Amino acid sequence: MSALTQSTPAAARFDAGPEKELRPPSYWPFVVPALLVVLAIIIFPWVFTIWMSLNEWKVGSPTTFVGFSNYLRLTSDPRFIEAIGHTLVYTVLSVLLPLVFGTFAAVVFHQKFAGRGFLRGIFIMPMMATPVAIALVWTMMFHPQLGILNYLLSLVGIPAQLWVFHPATVIPSLVLVETWQWTPLVMLIVLGGLAAIPTEPYESAQIDGANLWQVFRFITLPLIMPFLFIAGMIRMIDAVKSFDVIFAITQGGPGTASETINIYLYSVAFTYYDLGYGSAIAVVFFLLIVLLAAIMLYARQRMLWTEIASDA
Amino acid sequence: MTPRQIIGKISLWFAVLVIVSPAILFFLWMVSLSLKFEVDNAAYPPVFIPEHFAWKNYADVLASNRFVTYFFNSLIVTGSATALALMVGVPAGYGIARMAAHKSAIVILIARITPGLSYLIPLFLLFQWLGLLGTLVPQIIIHLVVTVPIVIWIMIGYFETTPLELEEAALIDGATRWQVFRHVALPIAKPGIAVAFILAVIFSWNNFVFGIVLAGRETRTLPVAVYNMISFDQLSWGPLAAAALIVTLPVLLLTVFAQRQIVAGLTAGAVKGG
Repeated sequence: MSALTQSTPAAARFDAGPEKELRPPSYWPFVVPALLVVLAIIIFPWVFTIWMSLNEWKVGSPTTFVGFSNYLRLTSDPRFIEAIGHTLVYTVLSVLLPLVFGTFAAVVFHQKFAGRGFLRGIFIMPMMATPVAIALVWTMMFHPQLGILNYLLSLVGIPAQLWVFHPATVIPSLVLVETWQWTPLVMLIVLGGLAAIPTEPYESAQIDGANLWQVFRFITLPLIMPFLFIAGMIRMIDAVKSFDVIFAITQGGPGTASETINIYLYSVAFTYYDLGYGSAIAVVFFLLIVLLAAIMLYARQRMLWTEIASDA
Repeated sequence: MTPRQIIGKISLWFAVLVIVSPAILFFLWMVSLSLKFEVDNAAYPPVFIPEHFAWKNYADVLASNRFVTYFFNSLIVTGSATALALMVGVPAGYGIARMAAHKSAIVILIARITPGLSYLIPLFLLFQWLGLLGTLVPQIIIHLVVTVPIVIWIMIGYFETTPLELEEAALIDGATRWQVFRHVALPIAKPGIAVAFILAVIFSWNNFVFGIVLAGRETRTLPVAVYNMISFDQLSWGPLAAAALIVTLPVLLLTVFAQRQIVAGLTAGAVKGG
């Protein structure tokens, strides 16, 4: 992270000159208001959620301290375990597909063509548009009888699908929406990476007579790897937490076929008002996200080591 | 042009077409749905451009009293949450950048990872105890969870790139730190503030999960209002699509007109987020 490397010279500046004792405290007034806000709306909820997760806490009835029993209850809750599975499938697909399409889109948008800026604006619209409004139109498009998607399939001779109305196709259908929505973010990040690549390797590849795929595979891809990794990480964090689109289109249905952890958490906390148990789910959910991020970081490290090893 | 170059040009344009068509076709279809009477929306094969445009769909949505109320709710919640976030977040970004207190940014990162619902459970109870449910205040406060981290994050990054020389010169001339911030740093930071403002507005406007828990009948914001329309009249697609388009139109216009700022903000946030 660049932030850490930058801090050294800035910190060194404090020690030099007569301002040494003046500087650090005098910037505090700028930070204090934000600090109070962050304490109230971010830190307080974290601490309080942990406390609530150790209690039997239902709206309308008295609370009792129950230790870790909410967490023990999670281990034998089939709906929660099923939700973990749905979340993982949904997340893996919603990371990989946007990465593939987003990289392709970035390579295309890296070329020069007329109207590039305007078309890029159109391309990023899906991720900026209000998710609920988008979800509503997708719901109409998924309609088995009147939806446009089945009509389009019929044009190429594919039989009508039930999309989000069938347990087997609901998650892939929702991933389709998620991919449509978030491919632009991957594109933007990778595009930033492409802009930073020097032109020399491409010139020598051209002299060596490499074809387009070879250029991409052996020059572009290794150089944009760090950006793909960042995009993948952000995508993972967002996909795991995805709520708006799933909730607005299926509410976790049909049955519980598309119920992810976040949707189940909503039901427990705000349909059954079982706030203690909901808090336990929230804590485990947060730890799961941190764990997934750690696994991705570890995989990235291993990849770097094998690259170094194969170079040597 | 050689044949090779011509083939290259054609395949580039074909690739561009493939990439942008899902977005273009989706939004065109959304417009089409919103301008059709029920007969046309229920037709098979689907009608793309109807013989008679149902402008009435838009008129009905806009004429409904509730929709106007919800529009103002959205405006008040997003406006207040963004204004408050700028008031506390811009100075904080400045302070953190100048103190080089980069470790404090970890809090912002963890806030980014935390699921929105886990803020809702404790804050929901808090608002209930304070008797604030039923007003717009809980939504304004909880939208700060979205807007404050965005503003702080973008402003830290921005103030790190602005030159220190002018500020140091002003300090030597006897200006206080507040005067330096107000008259030297702030004017230079206007483009950064614009980026923070635009992103905070968009993410607050689009937010759904906070409203669905905290909003009552009178305090719904537009995304929640549109969601409630889905559950109640499943079959009138025209007015529904029209409402959806009206809700997201401000954001789409911002995306087109402030594309540069949005791209700068998102990629800065993304790259630093790693």
